[in-house]
Amino acid sequence: MKYFRSHILIGINETSLNSGVNAFIQALRQELAKNDLQEEINVLETGPLGFFGKGICLTVYPENTNYENVKIDDLPELVSDHFLKGRPLKRLMLDASGKFDPKFNYEHRIVLRNSGIIDPESIEEYLGTGGYEAWEKALLQMQPMEIVEEVKASGLRGRGGAGFPAGLKWSFTAPLEAEQKYVVVNADEGEPGTFKDRLIMEGDPHQLLEGIMICARAIGATKAWIYIRGEYKLCINRLNLAIKQCHEFGILGTNIFDSGFDLDIEIKVGAGAYVCGEETALIESLEGNRGNPRWKPPFPGIKGLWQCPTVVNNVETLANVPYIIKNGSGEFKKYGTPECTGTKVFTILGDVAHPGLCEIDMGTTLRTIINEYAGGMKKGFKFKAALVGGAAGVILPDKMLDVKMDFASLNQYAAVLGSGAILVMNEHQSIVDMLWSILRFFRHESCGKCSPCRIGTQHLYALISKIRKGEGTIEEVELMLTTAETMQQTSFCALGQSPIMAIRSALENFKDEFIEITKK
Amino acid sequence: MYKEICNKYAPTKDNLIYILHDIQDTHPQHYISEEAVEVVSEYLKVPANHIFGVLTFYSMYSTKPRGTNIIRLCESPPCYIKGSDNILRKLKTMLSVNVGETTKDGAFTLELAACLGVCGNAPVMMVNDDVYGDLTEEKIEEIIGKIRGGN
Ligand SMILES: Cc1cc2nc3c(=O)[nH]c(=O)nc-3n(C[C@H](O)[C@H](O)[C@H](O)COP(=O)(O)O)c2cc1C
Ligand code: SF4
Ligand code: FES
Repeated sequence: MKYFRSHILIGINETSLNSGVNAFIQALRQELAKNDLQEEINVLETGPLGFFGKGICLTVYPENTNYENVKIDDLPELVSDHFLKGRPLKRLMLDASGKFDPKFNYEHRIVLRNSGIIDPESIEEYLGTGGYEAWEKALLQMQPMEIVEEVKASGLRGRGGAGFPAGLKWSFTAPLEAEQKYVVVNADEGEPGTFKDRLIMEGDPHQLLEGIMICARAIGATKAWIYIRGEYKLCINRLNLAIKQCHEFGILGTNIFDSGFDLDIEIKVGAGAYVCGEETALIESLEGNRGNPRWKPPFPGIKGLWQCPTVVNNVETLANVPYIIKNGSGEFKKYGTPECTGTKVFTILGDVAHPGLCEIDMGTTLRTIINEYAGGMKKGFKFKAALVGGAAGVILPDKMLDVKMDFASLNQYAAVLGSGAILVMNEHQSIVDMLWSILRFFRHESCGKCSPCRIGTQHLYALISKIRKGEGTIEEVELMLTTAETMQQTSFCALGQSPIMAIRSALENFKDEFIEITKK
Repeated sequence: MYKEICNKYAPTKDNLIYILHDIQDTHPQHYISEEAVEVVSEYLKVPANHIFGVLTFYSMYSTKPRGTNIIRLCESPPCYIKGSDNILRKLKTMLSVNVGETTKDGAFTLELAACLGVCGNAPVMMVNDDVYGDLTEEKIEEIIGKIRGGN
């Protein structure tokens, strides 16, 4: 193996592709060659780097220096300063003040441990990190029920929003006798502010595949589907490539590792509907129908895709499974809180110094996430509120900054962790505007199957629009609350039951703003 | 030509979404015509009304002819608070169209979309398969100009 003095990791994602990263890499290689550095400095194309900068971003190891918005024209200066003279180019560094240390982000990584480190398009690199050892163990050394028990013992809860224990879900499907069972991966990620699943798939597609395989073995499924939103082109390409590589290596296919077990994984692309993230709507969509939810029970675990027992899990949930099987549930439980074990990937947006993603222990406080992982508020801005969990989430004021971010702790406050999206608002931003935007989203995304939600979302949007213009009354503000409560009690699926979250939290914590605007 | 696209997929209903994607992507006007629906209905042995139901349910499909370039601007909360409304205004004036309309020269159709999953770079839009983030009014001029120039 060649020994390199430094590694330049380049994040390949939708943003950098759009900034012309391919031409950039070529130019970088040429520049290194021009300085006779091509044998010393390794250029690695990889997934998300763990921070968000503008344009093309680079991380240089072992120094762990982060650059953002690097252009082809900057290359001569960058190569000469950093790699010849050995001093980082301050002008392009992510945070010139040096206060923020994204390295911190890497401390407790499970699902993102390879992201930004290995080449996601190479199965050899994944194997090199111990990849597919858990799959081999699950297939050759463990009985299906042992796998279910291990996942149960780990306390892993679903990361798609609701937090249902994964092992328990599997335990309903595993013992069923059926001609065909399925695993369906929910990669429809539509909750506004959420893109963690995209980063997990872009950064380490094989890890997700390994999780799917273990789940399939545990419940006895020989076919798995990944339902992924149509916009995620890079994920789709990388997953297709990864599946192909697995077939070539005999990791997928028939009689895998001579175990007698067959498994195939196929990708299905969605066509743009938030409600298709709801598991039964997703199944309808997979069958080629409109994405209208089905009545539960029966739950998909009993009767799902084509009426066969089907386990539906989120991308992040399954991406945790290889770690649990390989290292044991005890290792996994070292992270997080007793009720909510493991880590969570959060996406932090809005007026913080460093918007981006972090994977940290369940139960970390909102304050810590904002101050330490996102570098605090953007210069000159004060914290006002955070929308946690996307449109189906809650608006938390500053007195809630010390709440622990996990399913159980947030439930105590009638709040939800949801998908892990955190949108930070500054003191100049209006809660009324925010609520308007949220209710506009629901009006658009209601599938129309049941009347409480179809009519209710229209009604809520009409009310908030009127209030926002200063033409509403305080009675109409209260009417939003009662309307949303009725929807919560009578809607067919969780979409129509969700607008109450944002409305109630906005009115509980920021009532003044609503009173003020109705007085206009 | 619709028949040829159909033939690439097994004639089972679960392939409907795929076939529709394919038809729309290969049509220069990015839409699915009644004629196409008839062909697919025949091929899959699925009633045309089911196909229309599916077509009108998903936001990525169109039953009306559209421009060469489809702009989908995200209007979800994270993009909204970063000023997607200003971007929309800019696009409307620059292209002289309203949401859902196509420019006279057939080059652009302006649409709104829910979260595109690239919120780290809000405000965000897609033009066909390409994502553009951290949008400003100046950037819009540059992007539209570039696409116009390239055509
Ligand atoms: C309106 C709506 C949208 C949803 N969107 C998603 C989504 O985009 N991704 C996801 O994993 N789960 C989503 N869910 C949750 C799923 O229904 C389901 O609970 C989840 O996929 C189960 O996986 P988990 O237990 O691993 O979290 C959504 C639910 C509702 C009601
Ligand atoms: S609650 Fe809304 S999204 Fe759910 S079934 Fe009813 S109309 Fe459809
Ligand atoms: S909110 Fe606009 S891309 Fe996610």
